[in-house]
Amino acid sequence: MLNILVLVKLVPDTVEELEIAPDGRSLDPASVRLILSERDEHALEQGLLLKERYGGTLTVIALDVPEVDDVLFTALAKGADRAVKITGMEPGPSTWTAAGLAARTLAAGPGLLPADLILTGVQAIDDLDGQAGPILARLLELPYVGITCRVEVDPGARSAVVVREYVGGVTGTFEVSLPVVLGVQSAEKPPRYVPVAKVRAAMKSQRLESVPASGESAVMRVEILQLMKPEATGRAVMLDGAPEEVAAQLCDVLAARGLL
Amino acid sequence: MAGEIWVLVEQWRGRISDITYEVLALGREVAEALAGSLQAVVLGPGAGESIFSLGAADGALMVEHSALAEPVPEVYALALAQIIPQRQPQALLIPQTNVTMELGPLLAARLAVPFLNSCRDVQVTDGRPVARCILYGGKVEASVTPQSAPAVFGILPGVRPPEQGRVERAPAVRALSVDLPTEFPLRFRGYTELEAGDVDITRENVLVAVGRGIQRPENVALAEELAAALGGAVCGSRPVIDQRWLPPSRQVGTSGMIVKPQLYLALGISGAPEHAQGMKEAALIVAINTDPRAPIFDIAHYGVVGDLLEIVPAMTTRVKQGKQAA
Repeated sequence: MLNILVLVKLVPDTVEELEIAPDGRSLDPASVRLILSERDEHALEQGLLLKERYGGTLTVIALDVPEVDDVLFTALAKGADRAVKITGMEPGPSTWTAAGLAARTLAAGPGLLPADLILTGVQAIDDLDGQAGPILARLLELPYVGITCRVEVDPGARSAVVVREYVGGVTGTFEVSLPVVLGVQSAEKPPRYVPVAKVRAAMKSQRLESVPASGESAVMRVEILQLMKPEATGRAVMLDGAPEEVAAQLCDVLAARGLL
Repeated sequence: MAGEIWVLVEQWRGRISDITYEVLALGREVAEALAGSLQAVVLGPGAGESIFSLGAADGALMVEHSALAEPVPEVYALALAQIIPQRQPQALLIPQTNVTMELGPLLAARLAVPFLNSCRDVQVTDGRPVARCILYGGKVEASVTPQSAPAVFGILPGVRPPEQGRVERAPAVRALSVDLPTEFPLRFRGYTELEAGDVDITRENVLVAVGRGIQRPENVALAEELAAALGGAVCGSRPVIDQRWLPPSRQVGTSGMIVKPQLYLALGISGAPEHAQGMKEAALIVAINTDPRAPIFDIAHYGVVGDLLEIVPAMTTRVKQGKQAA
């Protein structure tokens, strides 16, 4: 029976136009719609696959931010056994602060540690000063493997075989003793879809647990001087018109380069 | 030993990666602005003859140990955590690729020093290194400075041209020793090559690339038809591969393939740094995306804000007609 923890976080949806706040150093909250970080969705899926394959319990854990309830109920509807939010913390820009807080709260939260596997997304689009996985691993003094795309556990031997992506399609295989922290790049299957009706059912029948953030959060060791929209450098020549017209213009461009 | 700027030499399967020279070129600028010396840090079995290509650095710090034979970030972090306190460099610049991705945070956690992720530049202002970090898939940038030294920076590919940092001259070599345990909780078992697909996208002249904007697996056929008409192949960005709409052999980007075709037609691809690094050297980049602020338009030569599901079939028809007429 594996005890699997999956740490997830919400990040700004980049489909929305992100605006910078008047202080020049943070995002305007009015422009931000939070969604589950894409890699964390893969971490959850990998955790669910491991639970189904080897048995055990899966707990999904997130910092308490707006929209987090929906994300946690969705995880319960997908098959997580417990959903825990860490409350009483101002979400800040620092991965260190958040990961440090999570590490301490895991230790203090009821029945969370010891875990066999702690999974999180390998990276998030708001990782300014680190990545949560390696930071957690160091703070919990556990080994870490990142960019994972496959995990096999040998529960008897208390070990796992983990496949990590390198470059050019090459992967490396590691054998690691449990417990371990994994930074998931992609789950072995695409993240499962769960119908809204099942999420609603989870909202009625299950409950979210809250654990207050404990201890001082880790220090942020960097100073943000300014946020800015990147200046458009070498911006493309933009073509306009109805689809037919644009298609004709594009074909002219290709023809001029001898590509047709 | 104040005043040293270190650049970690990334070696991948016996060869120094191009990004090492890019980061050396940046390191040279930073070292000059801080009046420090630039040191190339070589971990592992040694650089062999390639040491002569590291002449942009004033010196090379060689750390040879059998446990460093393969780039396992946990073990590299342990080695660097031993030599950094000995020499107290002001900054360590680490090429940020899939070879070394988690090395910076692991090291920063061991030493309780600042780490800066995804830097696309580092400049010295008022005697302090200030990094430009990419956030939110390239939609926002942050200028950030570490609050103490030594500080660790993860530097993205493309920070300077590699030829700027490739200088044929032997740097002064100094050997440093580390004491690493023989048993780690983590054991490297070997590499696996990607199973060859039906098409080698690195050899195609024309690539039609699909991203999240393709929306549904059945729409990939639209791209296939256009690629067939153009005499090319279809490839994709990470989200499409993760959904298994295309096989891994078709993935372009940091963990997939680096491609340099004559034409790269990016359909519904936002152009996040991980993807851009795999295709920005294409001779002609054309992007179609519904988001006028998608970063892909910053690297594309031609762009269209529009619905690819309408434009692509229209292009296919035209290309086919043109071929018939010819």
